[in-house]
Amino acid sequence: MCVGIPGRIITVDDPEHRLATVDVGGVRRKINIACIVDEAHPPEACIGDWVLIHVGFAMSRIDEEEAQKTLELLRELGEMDAELEAMHAFDRAR
Amino acid sequence: MKFIDEFRDPAKAKALVRHINTLVTKIPRPGGRPLQLMEVCGGHTHSIFKYGIAQLLPEAIELVHGPGCPVCVLPMGRVDDCVALAEHPNVIFTTFGDAMRVPGSRKSLLQAKAEGADVRMVYSPMDALALARAHPDREVVFFALGFETTMPSTALTVLQAEAEGIENFSVFCNHITIIPVIKAILDSPDLSLDGFLGPGHVSMVIGSSPYEFIARHYHRPLVIAGFEPIDILQSVWMVVKQLAEGRCEVENQYQRLVPHAGNRVALEAIHRVFELRPWFEWRGLGSIDHSGVRLRESFAHLDAERRFSVPNLKIADPKSCQCGEVLKGVIKPWQCKVFGTACTPETPLGSLMVSSEGACAAVYQYGRIDLAEVVRQREAVAAGRQPVGAGSS
Amino acid sequence: MSDGRGAPPRKSPRARSGKLRGDTITLSHGSGGRAMRDLIDDVFVGSFDNPALAPLEDQARFPLAELARSGDRLAFTTDSYVVDPLFFPGGDIGTLAVNGTVNDLAVSGARPLYLTCSMIIEEGFPAAELRRVAASMRAAAETASVAIVTGDTKVVNRGAADKLFINTAGIGVIPADVNISAARARPGDRLLVNGHIGDHGVAILAARDDLALEVPIRSDTQPLAALVQSLLAAGIRVHCLRDATRGGLATVLNEFADSAGVGIRIDESAIPVREAVRGVSELLGLDPLYYANEGVLVAAVPAEDAQAALAAMRAQPAGQHAALIGEVTEGPAGSVIMDTGFGGERIVDMLVGEQLPRIC
Ligand code: SF4
Repeated sequence: MCVGIPGRIITVDDPEHRLATVDVGGVRRKINIACIVDEAHPPEACIGDWVLIHVGFAMSRIDEEEAQKTLELLRELGEMDAELEAMHAFDRAR
Repeated sequence: MKFIDEFRDPAKAKALVRHINTLVTKIPRPGGRPLQLMEVCGGHTHSIFKYGIAQLLPEAIELVHGPGCPVCVLPMGRVDDCVALAEHPNVIFTTFGDAMRVPGSRKSLLQAKAEGADVRMVYSPMDALALARAHPDREVVFFALGFETTMPSTALTVLQAEAEGIENFSVFCNHITIIPVIKAILDSPDLSLDGFLGPGHVSMVIGSSPYEFIARHYHRPLVIAGFEPIDILQSVWMVVKQLAEGRCEVENQYQRLVPHAGNRVALEAIHRVFELRPWFEWRGLGSIDHSGVRLRESFAHLDAERRFSVPNLKIADPKSCQCGEVLKGVIKPWQCKVFGTACTPETPLGSLMVSSEGACAAVYQYGRIDLAEVVRQREAVAAGRQPVGAGSS
Repeated sequence: MSDGRGAPPRKSPRARSGKLRGDTITLSHGSGGRAMRDLIDDVFVGSFDNPALAPLEDQARFPLAELARSGDRLAFTTDSYVVDPLFFPGGDIGTLAVNGTVNDLAVSGARPLYLTCSMIIEEGFPAAELRRVAASMRAAAETASVAIVTGDTKVVNRGAADKLFINTAGIGVIPADVNISAARARPGDRLLVNGHIGDHGVAILAARDDLALEVPIRSDTQPLAALVQSLLAAGIRVHCLRDATRGGLATVLNEFADSAGVGIRIDESAIPVREAVRGVSELLGLDPLYYANEGVLVAAVPAEDAQAALAAMRAQPAGQHAALIGEVTEGPAGSVIMDTGFGGERIVDMLVGEQLPRIC
């Protein structure tokens, strides 16, 4: 229901008002980063963050490690699949 | 593009589809009935059609397109209120693009604009606030709608307006909440759903715990799903896996964006600015308790509903319209009596035909190949034979 | 060329004598009097400067025999330009007004020759901007090798028009053996585009500024006549050609499928789309297939000619990014189906109304 798209924060323009610029495939837009800022992660630390952008707000930081884990799992599924396929081919050949 | 292209990889899709195919055979389906999985969110509906996902799935899995398109579930009376606000002489009415086409009982915002109302499309509520700053002599009203994903942006904008003391800005609040509507669907007597794909972007705000009751009390699995096609296929695989293993849990496929506890800053902003309404009206589904929010009393001066008089009439949906049954997954879009005849994207009767996230518009626009197949099957049923699995979408 | 073949153009004593005074266009510039004469002499005749326009008769005149030497049919078209904003990265309303009409002629296989230019100006319009537009029209006409030979100017009350509207009509000559028509698409034909889609639509969307996007994209407005002529010169048996303006690539494909009663299948991953155009589409939930283009054409050619057509396109400046995007099929008639690049497929329909950003 909510168009949300990954982008990367390239500058923090106004830390006090939580304004930053994101880049999405070369397209730039000013967004509000209040939702991804807290004591542990001040505005200045947001540069370089990959975030999910929705209606001009960064709604969440993308956890690159989790993304890798998901992709890794998919890779394993793919390999299992290839093995199964090979087994079937072997069975058929007999 | 990073975090997009990896999740649109056809090779990964093939592997997932094979795993789904294998699992599905292990699930008992009395009478050959297909497994019905509801994607709650309109964003999922859109992806499913855009990438042709339904055709990749086995016939034993049927995707039911749920109520998660905030544009689609907006009742006509509220659209009329928007038009009334927009037609106030001094008002600049700001709205997200796709809300402009939704038909009210007299006209849509697009028509009101053609007739002279100052309706402007914005990308962000912050842009509406900027308009208020730029036009201190005009009243800028922002048409806020959406589920919990969009609520924080409205809340933060309201707080910003308050902090700056901007007096010519107000919000027409139509924000709705996802949990009560899922509950309403689960409580409907004709329920036949076997599992859910949970709304990924809502969940990044509210977290995954609010869905626990679905697994616990209604014994249905739910997997919080991302929006890229691989995300959706993987989530289907996860639901099917639960069903095959006899489990009912809340799982999270969208780990990269959805933390278990949601987003604290966003939730705080929501709670500061909004309070639950006793009930809210949904198009096609009727009134649902505690399913909408409005601005708290302390922000009353920023609430367009309190600031201007709006008609606030309840307008019944057209009689021939079966949006409610489609939303609940009881019938398929093409089974509605007026689908594709009286109700088309050019002349939408029901709101599901308006936004491309609406189930009917999505089927109409993207799905008519399958439709030919469906018509054949319906004829087969009419001729007394059993359909060969009711093809998905 | 107003009065006969080959004769040296007569210079009218009136031409180029007037000088536009003042910084803005007023109603008096449309009144038919001295001020209008000055405006036309200064801004238009000065800019467009060609033998057919200089005499300032009420009509342009051209020798039939000369036209008949290069073909056996005239192509004749008209289009109005109301773009907002008037100036945008990659061009302005003037460039569009020339290239758009040139391209409408070009896709018939015609060699575009003459254009008219009719302007409707809102009073108060800055004279400097009008000069700028006229200069762009001149430059575009030169690039496309066409002459602007007659025109008209009206000035209307403030609010009766939005700044500036331009209408251009154009005439071209179609060579005798050329027969290009949307109805000629045949099953088996290959479909090509000459370059990236969506640039113009996105450039305009960004230039409007209400979405506050910074986009490194310029309009693709360009004349396509040379590209089309090079296809014909290479002996390509072109069945269909159309420029994908409003409604975008999706609309042209649907028109082919409808007119010829055939099906069309395209491959999403083969369609050239720039990264930033994708970025805008993802952000706003829009579909690049429906963006307007001003320098993109779609061609259907027999399968045997497809590679040669691709090579001929790529040899042209307007075709460097040409690509094979799909083929014509038996049917279902009128349907355009796209392989989604993900293993699925979907219908690509005509657009219903305007494409609006999908935000929630
Ligand atoms: S076809 Fe129209 S009226 Fe029927 S359910 Fe769909 S949107 Fe509603």
